[in-house]
Amino acid sequence: MKIKVFVTPKRNVLDPQGAAVGHALESLGLKGLKGTRVGKVIELELDAPDSPQLRAQLDRLCGELLSNPVIEDYRYEITGR
Amino acid sequence: MNIAVLQFPGSNCDQDAFHLFASGLGLPTRYVWHKDTGLGGADLVVVPGGFSYGDYLRCGAIARFSPVMAAVREHASRGGLVLGICNGFQILCEAGLLPGALIRNSSLEYRCMTCELAVADAGPSFNPAVLGGRLRLPIGHGEGNYRIDEAGRARLESNRQVLLRYVDNPNGSLDSIAGVRNEAGNVFGMMPHPDRAFERFHPSRDGLAVARAVLASRLPEVARASA
Repeated sequence: MKIKVFVTPKRNVLDPQGAAVGHALESLGLKGLKGTRVGKVIELELDAPDSPQLRAQLDRLCGELLSNPVIEDYRYEITGR
Repeated sequence: MNIAVLQFPGSNCDQDAFHLFASGLGLPTRYVWHKDTGLGGADLVVVPGGFSYGDYLRCGAIARFSPVMAAVREHASRGGLVLGICNGFQILCEAGLLPGALIRNSSLEYRCMTCELAVADAGPSFNPAVLGGRLRLPIGHGEGNYRIDEAGRARLESNRQVLLRYVDNPNGSLDSIAGVRNEAGNVFGMMPHPDRAFERFHPSRDGLAVARAVLASRLPEVARASA
């Protein structure tokens, strides 16, 4: 299966990178831009079946390593089998 | 009494930190490799600056899981002294040994300069009466923008956990925070470099007083002897 983990800065946390990218998008002519957030995508390929245990483990790993809960949110998508 | 300076792949201020304590204060100091699982009875563990693990994922995020960090956590939980400088501060925040997190500078620029810092009243060993109201210390970082949620910010204030504040905020840090301690008062972290401020050719020698103030919080007799 493939797991895509999306990590984004928390809504209430300043995102200097997002702000800078937003300014560049506006200077390239994008109108009506209300917000830009820059995060990251982490792709995992795993040889294991989906299960509640796996999801619990993923949640732990996302909170401990892949994202920093003080400043970031995460979510993941599981595809394939 | 001895000092341990940790070395991770990508640490680059380990020698500066070593010399601050070994030459600057004349204390027995040695390096501890990140794969070691013990600290050899160190009284103070210094987590130095640099780019541990290439700053991959987030600054300090991977170093936090090095074998030696389990020993640091154990040392800290027994009340042992820990000082994180720059990347070391980021590592301690990632490890949850210090509150908050450090994100990209608001300017998006790497800032390398000497900063004027206001000393906060952070307890009996670290306050303006001991250190003077102002210090000058160098910084060199791209991710020194300190962030914490409202509840955490209130706790920092009520427990007097802020150590230093930038007089002219170089990175966008919340409340101009440049360094904090944990609630128990044995774990210290700061973006400015006391390890680049103790030789005659450095921009200041204020790093010596900062190092002594950290030692004095748990080891007042050692701090006095090195003065």
